[in-house]
Amino acid sequence: MAGSSERIVVIGAGMVAHRFAESLLSRVEHPLELVIIGEEGLAPYDRVRLTSFFDEGAEALALDPAQVQDDPRVRFVPGDPVRRIDRDEQQVLTVSGERIGYDRLVLATGSYAATLALDGFSLPGCFVYRTLDDVQRLRDFVAHRAAQLGRPLRGTVIGGGLLGLEAAGALQGLGVDATVVQSSERLMSAQLDLAAGAALRRRIEQRGIAVRTQSVTTRLDPDRSGQVAGLEFKDGGYEATDVVVFTVGVRPRDELARKAELDCHPRGGVVIDAGCATSDERILAIGEVASFEGLAVGLVAPGYAMAEVAATRLLGGDAAFPGYDLSTKLKLSGVDVASFGDAFGETPGALDVVYADPVAGVYKKLVLSDDAKTLLGGMLVGDASAYGALRPLVGSALGGDPAAYLMPEGGVEAPVAELPDEAIVCSCSSVTAGRIRSAVHDEGCADADSVRACTKAGATCGSCTVMVKKLVGKELAKSGKVLSNALCEHFDLSRRQLFDAVRVSELDTFSAIIERFGRGRGCDVCKPALASILAVLVGKHVLDGENATLQDTNDHVMANLQKDGTYSVVPRMAGGEVTPEGLIAIGAVAKDYGLYTKITGGQRIDMFGARLEQLPEIWQRLVDAGFESGHAYGKSLRTVKSCVGSTWCRYGVLDSVGMAVRLELRYRGLRAPHKLKVGVSGCARECAEARSKDVGVIATETGWNMYVGGNGGFTPRHAQLLAEGLDDEALIRAIDRYFLYYIRTADRLQRTAPWVEELEGGLDGLREVIFDDALGICADLDAAMDAHVANYEDEWAATLADPAKLRRFQSFVNAPSTPDPSLGYVPERGQVRPASGEERRSGAVLIASTTLEVRR
Amino acid sequence: MTLATPTASAATQPAWLPLCRLDDLEVERGRAALVDGTQLALFLLRDGGVHAVSNLDPYSGANVISRGIVGSREDAPTVASPMYKQVFDLRTGLCLESHGKEPLHLRVWKVAARDGELLVKWEA
Ligand code: SRM
Ligand SMILES: Cc1cc2nc3c(=O)[nH]c(=O)nc-3n(C[C@H](O)[C@H](O)[C@H](O)COP(=O)(O)OP(=O)(O)OC[C@H]3O[C@@H](n4cnc5c(N)ncnc54)[C@H](O)[C@@H]3O)c2cc1C
Ligand code: SF4
Ligand code: FES
Repeated sequence: MAGSSERIVVIGAGMVAHRFAESLLSRVEHPLELVIIGEEGLAPYDRVRLTSFFDEGAEALALDPAQVQDDPRVRFVPGDPVRRIDRDEQQVLTVSGERIGYDRLVLATGSYAATLALDGFSLPGCFVYRTLDDVQRLRDFVAHRAAQLGRPLRGTVIGGGLLGLEAAGALQGLGVDATVVQSSERLMSAQLDLAAGAALRRRIEQRGIAVRTQSVTTRLDPDRSGQVAGLEFKDGGYEATDVVVFTVGVRPRDELARKAELDCHPRGGVVIDAGCATSDERILAIGEVASFEGLAVGLVAPGYAMAEVAATRLLGGDAAFPGYDLSTKLKLSGVDVASFGDAFGETPGALDVVYADPVAGVYKKLVLSDDAKTLLGGMLVGDASAYGALRPLVGSALGGDPAAYLMPEGGVEAPVAELPDEAIVCSCSSVTAGRIRSAVHDEGCADADSVRACTKAGATCGSCTVMVKKLVGKELAKSGKVLSNALCEHFDLSRRQLFDAVRVSELDTFSAIIERFGRGRGCDVCKPALASILAVLVGKHVLDGENATLQDTNDHVMANLQKDGTYSVVPRMAGGEVTPEGLIAIGAVAKDYGLYTKITGGQRIDMFGARLEQLPEIWQRLVDAGFESGHAYGKSLRTVKSCVGSTWCRYGVLDSVGMAVRLELRYRGLRAPHKLKVGVSGCARECAEARSKDVGVIATETGWNMYVGGNGGFTPRHAQLLAEGLDDEALIRAIDRYFLYYIRTADRLQRTAPWVEELEGGLDGLREVIFDDALGICADLDAAMDAHVANYEDEWAATLADPAKLRRFQSFVNAPSTPDPSLGYVPERGQVRPASGEERRSGAVLIASTTLEVRR
Repeated sequence: MTLATPTASAATQPAWLPLCRLDDLEVERGRAALVDGTQLALFLLRDGGVHAVSNLDPYSGANVISRGIVGSREDAPTVASPMYKQVFDLRTGLCLESHGKEPLHLRVWKVAARDGELLVKWEA
């Protein structure tokens, strides 16, 4: 048997088994043998993301396989289900006849998807939605059947819970006209009350999925070829269908346990205690197959928690499963639904606070304790943006008027409630609010940067930085200190204060400014910030005199640095418009220099892999062909995206391309605290996605509507309506003032979305400044923008005309045109990409330089 | 263009190698130099001091240090890598701000000026 090392056998190779194995292997040093026996012929995969299979393929579902499968202590037996557990012999018997002995056994067999015991439930064309095999067969069937019938299919999903709605979305994605059939009176009845269910129904129908509630299916009918063709309902109704998916719930796969006479719950599931032990102490059960306190739950998070508990227990520790958290969020795109905590208010004395906007299809409910102070749970339909903030607060005080959390986005500012210590703030490094608090109080961190150095919060992707900053600010305030808004160690002023200081003092060089307002020699924070301020106030070329030393490499060489040290080149294509001649010229340049070419998300063309010393030659060719810098590198206007608009589109109301070109040419080169993006759509269909931009312009019958403060990125935000029915000139003046007001008052690297959010007086205040001149600065802002427009010159054309500036592009001071010898490329899909470290080591680098022979 | 690359024998033992003229450098902005396949980043500071450090950014593996922004941290003259913004002391190559990563340092070489020419004490 197991010899000296203990042998742990896991039955089931699903998500929870995988987490269990990962957890166990990462903690154990002493000898151990782990055998994982799976029924599916595959490595464990991410079942939660099963629907992504349709868009991204099976590979996208991989669960970091190397971690477990490559470990020498692990034996993985795929495709050979366990048939029987022999508790007396401490063995399991597989279908292929293998007997495997165990010291400890872990049941992680999950659930199976239930169907309804109706006539015709197993006709060809009927599916469940649980495994990769299920979705592969569903996809193949739909493709085949649609071709056979020569028309789009009608599909029915039986079961209107979370899974049913996800499956309906998937069917729709396959081009199937989908209907969801629900036996009770509302969708997602396990998570939502009647009103929330009704709001959800409107959302689902708006998305083009039909809903049929209170419909009990009684029979499925085949057509003459024997494939499913229709459903009959209890009320006598009948509906034609070509494909049926059952999502009527899951049942724990406890059959092995029952046969082995382990205690099982009458409603299904192997009974476990808080240590995940079954009635046989050598056997544990985790995940969906386990029943704890009379409940088996079909969610992965409790399963993961059990996996951790089981691993700890097997190593002699004493972790306990805390009970189920039933919070869920629907993953159907365009339909926001979440439910968390005690969503139905079952706690005695619980109070509800409800906000409903039936027109917008929004319903939100918070459940509070009887004193209205503690958050117990809630449900959110139509706008679940508060879910992330609310869920960690369950069980603690809300801090403020609960109604504020329910108001529509941008209505009332929600009070920033006290995050519990265990709430995760940085998900990349799993840093909790408590850890950050202790960094501030016990380790003397006084700003987000030192907290990052101390705790790694914000060190990876950076998306939590704003949260970290807020938290540090609050903690400092508690001990009577304030979060310094000093730019860096060289300036005590914030960007906004520095902007005013420079404007009033009329100083125009970095050395003079740091001497008067700061100290030391500057750094990579204050230098680019001042470069941007000077660009707006003085407006000289980015590489003029001392200015050049302030610029980040992107601005310094007017291109975007890539991972291998080469650059990308993006010529401007105002409004996304380009002539055939322009395309040919770009194609020729990319081809001659061997540049990797792709279309950007900003409606223009990016060419990658240009070396420092090649940039001037490349730009000479582009400038000769009539192109100018696209400022893809600058904290400045990027692109103005357009849709086709009234010139070609059947529905266009106004000329969106013309307006986009006009705006892009007006604001090109405008330096700002962060990048600026604009979109112009020709009608309310919004094909330019303008409302995700800093300024969104949408044509209406009565003129342009102007939206402000939109953002993609990590914290997406829809721009909000600032003004309606503007004519061309009024629109442009309004944007002029909005941009300049932002440029003068925003923080370093603050985009317009957070700036608008923090503006005193909100949007009304902004309207007063821009349209009613409440601050008396409009004439000044207008003059500043007029000066910007009048002084614009193409940075690249100006650089090419100046030999002193061109010296910066020499690759080496002692070998000005020798290419960087460390670059290496490999071909991919007919172009090149930088070789990976692995490829370099193995010598697989096929192309040593991107310059083709022709150029030498 | 010919390479000002020293011969193989010069590379094996320390030797003062001329690299360029001091005026070839720009105040507060780096330039790269190539010696025997190794890349150096040269910096001329406002006070006339010159520093030579490795051009290879240990965090990204790209040869880009010469393109970083020059500045100071307290007394130390510094350069910030343009790739992921780690900050290094130009005098010692020590990493002063690793942004939460393991600190990795830059190699440094001794430099001297003679008749307006910049020399580096070359050890491969
Ligand atoms: C090239 C491009 C990807 C592509 O191939 O499509 C791109 C590439 C980069 N983006 Fe982007 N973004 C590109 C479109 C976008 C878009 C889509 C759009 O503009 O419509 C967005 C979302 C919209 C938005 O900005 O709100 C976008 C949101 C970001 C963000 C997040 C900003 C935020 O406010 O959260 C960053 C990070 C940052 O700026 O700090 C970023 C940063 C970057 C950087 C600068 C990352 C870096 O430091 O290297 C990439 C520069 C690569 C290069 O050399 O060009 N990129 N990036 C796109 C260039 C568009 C163009 O023509 O100029
Ligand atoms: C489409 C879809 C979307 C979902 N979305 C979410 C979501 O958003 N949030 C959420 O929390 N949960 C979601 N879930 C549920 C989640 O996937 C499950 O809770 C999770 O997979 C449970 O893990 P498990 O390891 O317990 O079971 P499983 O992942 O089902 O793994 C059990 C494995 O054991 C195998 N097995 C069974 N019997 C035997 C045997 N006798 N011998 C060998 N092997 C056997 C099975 O074949 C299976 O591979 C979703 C599920 C689906 C299908
Ligand atoms: S999303 Fe933007 S920043 Fe991220 S990899 Fe793509 S281009 Fe780069
Ligand atoms: S979430 Fe904190 S760095 Fe990514």
